[in-house]
Amino acid sequence: MSFLIDSSIMITSQILFFGFGWLFFMRQLFKDYEVRQYVVQVIFSVTFAFSCTMFELIIFEILGVLNSSSRYFHWKMNLCVILLILVFMVPFYIGYFIVSNIRLLHKQRLLFSCLLWLTFMYFFWKLGDPFPILSPKHGILSIEQLISRVGVIGVTLMALLSGFGAVNCPYTYMSYFLRNVTDTDILALERRLLQTMDMIISKKKRMAMARRTMFQKGEVHNRPSGFWGMIKSVTASAPGSENLTLIQQEVDALEELSRQLFLETADLYATKERIEYSKTFKGKYFNFLGYFFSIYCVWKIFMATINIVFDRVGKTDPVTRGIEITVNYLGIQFDVKFWSQHISFILVGIIIVTSIRGLLITLTKFFYAISSSKSSNVIVLLLAQIMGMYFVSSVLLIRMSMPVEYRTIITEVLGELQFNFYHRWFDVIFLVSALSSILFLYLAHKQAPEKHMAP
Amino acid sequence: MASLDRVKVLVLGDSGVGKSSLVHLLCQNQVLGNPSWTVGCSVDVRVHDYKEGTPEEKAYYIELWDVGGSVGSASSVKSTRAVFYNSVNGIILVHDLTNKKSSQNLYRWSLEALNRDLVPTGVLVTNGDYDREQFADNQIPLLVIGTKLDQIHETKRHEVLTRTAFLAEDFIAEEINLVIEKRYFLRESNQIPGFPDRKRFGGGPLKNLHYD
Repeated sequence: MSFLIDSSIMITSQILFFGFGWLFFMRQLFKDYEVRQYVVQVIFSVTFAFSCTMFELIIFEILGVLNSSSRYFHWKMNLCVILLILVFMVPFYIGYFIVSNIRLLHKQRLLFSCLLWLTFMYFFWKLGDPFPILSPKHGILSIEQLISRVGVIGVTLMALLSGFGAVNCPYTYMSYFLRNVTDTDILALERRLLQTMDMIISKKKRMAMARRTMFQKGEVHNRPSGFWGMIKSVTASAPGSENLTLIQQEVDALEELSRQLFLETADLYATKERIEYSKTFKGKYFNFLGYFFSIYCVWKIFMATINIVFDRVGKTDPVTRGIEITVNYLGIQFDVKFWSQHISFILVGIIIVTSIRGLLITLTKFFYAISSSKSSNVIVLLLAQIMGMYFVSSVLLIRMSMPVEYRTIITEVLGELQFNFYHRWFDVIFLVSALSSILFLYLAHKQAPEKHMAP
Repeated sequence: MASLDRVKVLVLGDSGVGKSSLVHLLCQNQVLGNPSWTVGCSVDVRVHDYKEGTPEEKAYYIELWDVGGSVGSASSVKSTRAVFYNSVNGIILVHDLTNKKSSQNLYRWSLEALNRDLVPTGVLVTNGDYDREQFADNQIPLLVIGTKLDQIHETKRHEVLTRTAFLAEDFIAEEINLVIEKRYFLRESNQIPGFPDRKRFGGGPLKNLHYD
């Protein structure tokens, strides 16, 4: 009886999450596009719903809501469904939509998408070999095998995103890094852009006029037919057409230049807007946050290095350690069990919410930047895949932030994964990502001023 | 060779509706083989004989400015695009007949080009509400072109064409629906088959042109 109640609660919450994912898709991601393939939308919302349910189950674990056995059952079921989606459905549909975009293979779409999926499975499997993730006790298609590989990919993604985010966040927030852009700079660049466009136009006018005169004189530049035609075309090649190819080359170069100028001008406008924004109250607030985050970022890099160098993995979670410190050093006595439960709930809740929100925002930005009306389906499915893997590996890593008594369910369900390995791997990739982002941003920052400020 | 007068026409519309293909077709009399994204603005020129065959025949350079991007771009990109909108003689709005959103976005495109802001009204304006007042005093001729007619199934064509007829009316614009087919090679530069009603391109925008 209680199992039924629990299941109905779970299903209601899943439907709620599904609806939220659907709304997010329609209102945020696809607000400028027409949704023609409902499959894509459904897959995205389903992935989102099941990922959120996993987090919900962790919260329920901490709070002790619902029957323990029904929780366990739902964990297992949820995990199976998510793995099914991430390993079978989404990659297959990604392959299908990629193949649909290519005109040549249109007829045998299904065949080629199956081939693509098989290739994906092969590489996915090979991924597990170099990593010491699993004891060879388990069968081929068990949950542990799949989860371990999904976990590796997801943890890599998380670490890359965290590393880049940790460095980029202070860089964007702090106004110290903003280049000084004046209106005269923008006007000068715009003038250059318009001049380039005028040059392109005058050259094209010449070409159009030349073509028109050639046409009026009765010369047709089709393939000349027959033997004599070929001889004629060799000896009497119209000087006009040679001229045309020369002008066409100049036009191509100028068009490339105009594109570059356009992008630079857009960049300058964006910087100018950021300068304006930084003078407002909100801007100043973010500037202050930026300093705070830069300190946090440096600390995290430092900790990651220490972890790797000294081969240390934290045994206790921050909550218990914090409580220990307060009890031992500050002498404040309070009910450890009661408070640890609530504090870990709050802490884990904050981590979950910020990571979901951060991920959705990043995905949206990424989507706007690179999608077009042809590739939007493929990109959304890729994002759903990334989102699913990210959430699964969040569950793996969040285990470290929870007190021991709540870790049991994750350990039970996920089996004998080497959790320590994942943390070490996270630290390594985080370090690599953060350092290379610093290098990359430094180079980009240095290079930019010279381009614009030159007279 | 710049002795002829020039006419500047903007070609606006969402990504992927076929603006670059259209411009290429009009100017080079060839179908564009491999269309790719337009970054910034690409221009092409066509020589047109205005009022051909009459004593007042005059040749003009028609510059077709094909502006790329989407209507929901960042405001920095919009400010950069605004530099192309100066001294425009005509606007061609292109939308995809298979994609309803692109037709709805035409309203925002035209506002952006005509440099007006959305008038805040008390009533919630949905995407389908066109405010004719915005275009009442507009002197710049507009032409609405719908592309990819061949990709719509026969049975739905009537419904789609009625919808677009309303659209064109709202803009007080002329309307043409197009099929741009692959491997179509033209010999005559003055005839452009593919227009179902055989309307020559120069007919629309140059009708109301007061040229100084």
